[in-house]
Amino acid sequence: MNSMLQYVPVEYYLILATALFCIGVMGVLFRRNAIIIFMCIELMLNAVNLLLTMFSTLHHDAGGQVMVFFIMAVAAAEVAVGLAILVMIYNNIKSVDINELSKLKW
Amino acid sequence: MVVVSRKPVHSVLYLIFCFFTIGGHYILLNAQFLFAVHIIVYAGAIMVLFLFALMFINMNQEAEPHKSTLLKVAAVISGGLLLLVLVSVTKGAESVSLITSGNEEAVGTVKNLGKALYGQYLLPFELTSVLLLAAMVGAVMLGKKQIS
Repeated sequence: MNSMLQYVPVEYYLILATALFCIGVMGVLFRRNAIIIFMCIELMLNAVNLLLTMFSTLHHDAGGQVMVFFIMAVAAAEVAVGLAILVMIYNNIKSVDINELSKLKW
Repeated sequence: MVVVSRKPVHSVLYLIFCFFTIGGHYILLNAQFLFAVHIIVYAGAIMVLFLFALMFINMNQEAEPHKSTLLKVAAVISGGLLLLVLVSVTKGAESVSLITSGNEEAVGTVKNLGKALYGQYLLPFELTSVLLLAAMVGAVMLGKKQIS
């Protein structure tokens, strides 16, 4: 079967995944809403997943796609626990602003 | 769009759009099984979870006071520098030409991926199931504590 990699150079996928990852990093850096920070972490995980899939297709090796599968499972677990913690924090202090969550700071 | 939109619900919707785009890339890369799993898990489960948490917290209003302009500029500059460094690193790498003639069977089919998953990667697969069980128990415990 023909894949897209015969028509699109590998570097374009590298640049796309890097840009996606950096957008996620920027979001983590300048948003204050904790839920949006979680979403940016999902964005970064997706960038890595895309790169792993690309290299797995490039090398004709199924291991990369198995790793993507595991990363998806870990991301699902992380989001479930993280959102539960966030809802609990919201019930306690009525806010998900990360600047209010500075009690662990000192 | 995910980053800059004010309302969190809009941010979630843009993120769903982004996930479907990445799913299209999976299809183009001959990873059909990953496409199905990606759509089900991300666009189905995780985004519904995010939307549910947003509705539960009820923060649709623009209550978020924004950070100072200096901090935003600093974040954008550092993100851009990271992008620059990573792109220049990948530019320096020599590209491999491993693409074969194309008559080889695609690795992304359910058959090949299942063989790899249940053969070579059986132990990590089982550990993943244990991790999911632990996460489920943890989430239920965190959810129950606020009721009592």
